[in-house]
Amino acid sequence: MTFTIPIDNGDSVKNAEADSQRTLYPYVTGTSIVAIKYKDGVLMASDMGGSYGSTLRYKNIERMKAIGKHSLLGASGEISDFQEILRYLDELVLNDNMWDDGNSLGPKEVHNYLTRVMYNRRNKFNPLWNTLVLGGVKNGESYLGMVSMIGVSFEDNHVATGFGNHLARPILRDEWHADLSFEDGVKLLEKCMRVLLYRDRSAINKLQIAKITEEGVTVSQPYSLKTFWEFKAFNNPTAGAEGSW
Amino acid sequence: MFRNQYDTDVTTWSPTGRLFQVEYAMEAVKQGSAAIGLRSSSHVVLACVNKAQSELSSHQKKIFKVDDHIGVAIAGLTADGRVLSRYMRSESINHSFTYESPLPVGRLVVHLADKAQVCTQRSWKRPYGVGLLVGGLDESGAHLYYNCPSGNYFEYQAFAIGSRSQAAKTYLERRFESFADSSREDLIKDAILAVRETLQGETLKSSLCTVSVLGVGEPFHFLDQEAIQKMIDTFEKVPEEEEGDAEVAAPAEQGGGADGLGDQDVAPMEM
Repeated sequence: MTFTIPIDNGDSVKNAEADSQRTLYPYVTGTSIVAIKYKDGVLMASDMGGSYGSTLRYKNIERMKAIGKHSLLGASGEISDFQEILRYLDELVLNDNMWDDGNSLGPKEVHNYLTRVMYNRRNKFNPLWNTLVLGGVKNGESYLGMVSMIGVSFEDNHVATGFGNHLARPILRDEWHADLSFEDGVKLLEKCMRVLLYRDRSAINKLQIAKITEEGVTVSQPYSLKTFWEFKAFNNPTAGAEGSW
Repeated sequence: MFRNQYDTDVTTWSPTGRLFQVEYAMEAVKQGSAAIGLRSSSHVVLACVNKAQSELSSHQKKIFKVDDHIGVAIAGLTADGRVLSRYMRSESINHSFTYESPLPVGRLVVHLADKAQVCTQRSWKRPYGVGLLVGGLDESGAHLYYNCPSGNYFEYQAFAIGSRSQAAKTYLERRFESFADSSREDLIKDAILAVRETLQGETLKSSLCTVSVLGVGEPFHFLDQEAIQKMIDTFEKVPEEEEGDAEVAAPAEQGGGADGLGDQDVAPMEM
């Protein structure tokens, strides 16, 4: 009697050949997204950089996109996976519009749909390597939520991804309050983005701020923040220890 | 309608462009006991007559909760109705799970209608023999739909299906224009009065009818017998020595369900 040992070529966890079918590492990545609820809706900020490892290869990537009438999606992590997610959402919004029945997907529905997608991919060991920020307004109610690549999902008054969690959230915890005006909201986001610019090596000084209100989504033109490098200690950085750099 | 050579298969057209099997399926709906639905801009009431096979048995369940915001009343082959209710519950809960949001009732009825249509175009299937009154909420308020075995669906302000439903429809036709702005209590009262019309003389008691309500801020639920009886008491005199009459009336009721069409007996599976 002969035995055949079954080779499961679909098993992407144990089989090296099938590994080419699933995400193992990210390649072109976007850095932090920072978002806050404000008086009229949600404000979101991101820079336009796409890093290829430690190289800042792409400098014109829009990492925030409008979804349907009521939502705004920002993504950090693998850019190609973000584009794939935009394709899924495109189909979702299209089918929703085709009903033509006065019902439409709001930000809560989109957020939960994305949570299901991300969690299911994680369970198959083939994640979409992104952390997503979903903001929106529907029927006067603002919504802001986040989903990670392993399907962790929650809502809050302010969210950030990646380095933003460590550098921006503490600022927001101190200075965010309900009913921020648009100007104050933008100032607050710029404060966070400036810190990220100084301290996150994958950040670039070219950012966009997006706003979503009951009227819809507007994404600003790219602009840069003023920075200050004239600290005295920068003039002679090795003063305390000659010979070091 | 008489038997003819084009009525054996659901996939056979008649020369006059009719699918007789589908029409026969709609006959099954007319044999079932009455179900009534009405809606205002914020609430939907579904009511039905409770028919039991005999005094020994319990009555057939004809109104089902699909979700907190959707209910369905059926008439016809109740087994088919149960299966379709299960399908509706499944669709509703799958939507809730994926989107954390209630499935708009308008979309559910389209899924249901498409499912029914499939059975009118497969030689190895038969149409569902049940009519469904689907009441529910979506973003634009309260809605009432009627899904029939043909795969068609229509939206209504008020409707009645099943045996002796014409009496209820006549009552509703007189009053429907006021329903949109009706209060919840008036809507329930109208539903019970419409049920009374289908009983044709038999005393209206709360044990004879089932009433369910859903609305904005009010999840689907059944009214208990006490609440229904209280409503009835507001417009019916309490019957005095009528127990003898009621008992005589009951057996006559059972046989009379067919309304003088070809079949003399109501098939046990139809309620």
